[in-house]
Amino acid sequence: MRLKDAALDRLRDAVRTPDLSGTRYRLVGPIGRGGMGAVFEVEDEVLKRRLAVKVVEVPFDGESPAEALLSEARVLARLEHPGLVPVHDAGRLPDGRAFYAMKLVQGERLDAALARLTTLPERLRLFLRVCEPVAFAHANGVIHRDLKPSNVMVGPFGEVLVLDWGLARSLEARELGDASGTPGFMAPEQAAAGPVDARADVYGLGALLDAMLRVAPAPPRPKALVAIVARATAAERDERYPDVLALAADVTRLLDGERVEAHAEGPLERAGRLVRRHRVAVGLVAAYLLTRGLFILLRR
Amino acid sequence: MNKVLLGLLVGAGLGALDGLTAWFTPEARSEIAGIVMGSTFKGLVAGVLIGLFARKVESMPATLIFGTALGLLFAYFIARMQGKYYFEIMLPGAIVGLLTGYATARYGRRARPAEA
Repeated sequence: MRLKDAALDRLRDAVRTPDLSGTRYRLVGPIGRGGMGAVFEVEDEVLKRRLAVKVVEVPFDGESPAEALLSEARVLARLEHPGLVPVHDAGRLPDGRAFYAMKLVQGERLDAALARLTTLPERLRLFLRVCEPVAFAHANGVIHRDLKPSNVMVGPFGEVLVLDWGLARSLEARELGDASGTPGFMAPEQAAAGPVDARADVYGLGALLDAMLRVAPAPPRPKALVAIVARATAAERDERYPDVLALAADVTRLLDGERVEAHAEGPLERAGRLVRRHRVAVGLVAAYLLTRGLFILLRR
Repeated sequence: MNKVLLGLLVGAGLGALDGLTAWFTPEARSEIAGIVMGSTFKGLVAGVLIGLFARKVESMPATLIFGTALGLLFAYFIARMQGKYYFEIMLPGAIVGLLTGYATARYGRRARPAEA
């Protein structure tokens, strides 16, 4: 007997839907699916609040997926930052699947938010807010290894959350890495399954910044910004910024109209930058000179 | 640099430059030294007052208005002493006051809060 596709889909959904019986959670509905697991919206019936629960996609025999999920939960649990989703609970469901419960994130994907942020300063300020939780994680010995637009969410009040720490790794781990990650956002040493450090996330952030600047309507890129992206995404990690704070500092310098480290500017470029930075003062001096010059000419 | 010192330097500098422009007026050229000294002193006093005001109110718009008004007032006194060229003296004077106000509010360091 052959089952129809619709029937197969229903069966698949039934298998995927986590068994929450006997837990404090009531299933509300699916939110999304990733490589390692699926995320569902649930209601915490004790505290009467909505949460998100991430579970391993299908029941399994081996320990690896469950351990990976719980490892992600432990990483998030030790990182308390406004830019990171707080974990409330972790364990195993009655159906044997590993899960963790976290804050239900309300908001929109980064690319949707960028479509409304049309100016370069707005996008750069948003990028700096992405850097904050990543730098915080590094300071706590954790690297993300999968920074990309779909892993960043912007909340209704402009809050920025860096999601999906499933590939996160301790900075202290000295063993060789694996080639997991997203092509285009993955540092070459990570793609080659070599050892990685915080500079892999510097690469990811550089690629993310590049992607953020490409979302239509794409703002024009000054040379200094091109140089910042190029330095952050250098193939040789020794040529990248040493850490996320150095990258963020250079972007901040660009926003403030200061000279950026990644770019050696010429005299004309420097003059133009200084005029733009002090445009009000320059405008007032010009108004004064024009007035004085006009009176001198009129008197003659 | 604190706002009062910055106001003093900017006011004096702009005052001196403003005085030097009298060189382009042939009948005033013989008195250029006195004009420059007077203009510098006027700018210095205006700059200190604008700096003190900027430190007190910590408001860009208020400092701009105060600077412009003070520049106009001081320029009016100078024009009145000469009895002529009111417009030619007062308009640039107002711009200099505005510029000094902007410079102190924008570039001057905020006063440090008093320690307990």
